[in-house]
Amino acid sequence: MAHYLFIESRDPFDSSDSGFVAETAAALKKRGNEVTLFLVQNGVLAARKGARGSHVPRLAQAGIALLADDFSLRERGIQAGECSAGIQESSVDALVDLLVREHTKAIWH
Amino acid sequence: MAEKRLTVALMDPPYESAASTTALRIISAALKKGIHVNVFAYEGAVNLTMKDQAPHANPVKGTTVEEEEHPTTKAFVSSLLELGKSHPLLTWVNCGLCVDERGAGNWIDGVKRGGPADFLKMALESTNTLVIPTH
Repeated sequence: MAHYLFIESRDPFDSSDSGFVAETAAALKKRGNEVTLFLVQNGVLAARKGARGSHVPRLAQAGIALLADDFSLRERGIQAGECSAGIQESSVDALVDLLVREHTKAIWH
Repeated sequence: MAEKRLTVALMDPPYESAASTTALRIISAALKKGIHVNVFAYEGAVNLTMKDQAPHANPVKGTTVEEEEHPTTKAFVSSLLELGKSHPLLTWVNCGLCVDERGAGNWIDGVKRGGPADFLKMALESTNTLVIPTH
């Protein structure tokens, strides 16, 4: 079983191909892989509870680990309490730990 | 336990994209964890290390150079090279053809010139490779 680490840096409301990342992540999870989505930069805008049409709730339901960079959240004035269920506030330190895990495939978008 | 090594490929030029800042944060965090880091700067990313970068005042706010404390990417990379000068080791390679195209050969100390073959070698010897594209 591989571990797929998607790093989503784009605002899903500005970049329509963010949907492709979500679909790919969900499909890999469905095939029995471990999948993590790390939201960074404008990618964290999808983490807000009020973000209508966000892929986040569907991905959380699919069992994908959802992490949001604390620095990117703070830069955009998003508090942890404003994030959707399933989102875990994280950090670049944690991202590095994931990157150097064995058998991890990292995909930046 | 075997030593960890992370390779990062960068393509964005400085002062254009938040991805450059994120990349520098990742490199810094990895070095502070004792992880060796290789950087292959491609395309516009070769300008991150240009020596001629200079901080500037902000005429809109009326602040001086000193008050503004404008951060330059060359200063960020210099501090990372200092952090990664031995163990862990930061190896920073600028793509030579990209440098020549841009006339960006006057760079800070500690940076090397290389090519895509170096990137392949870096990737093969690394625990993982992260490619941060422009688009």
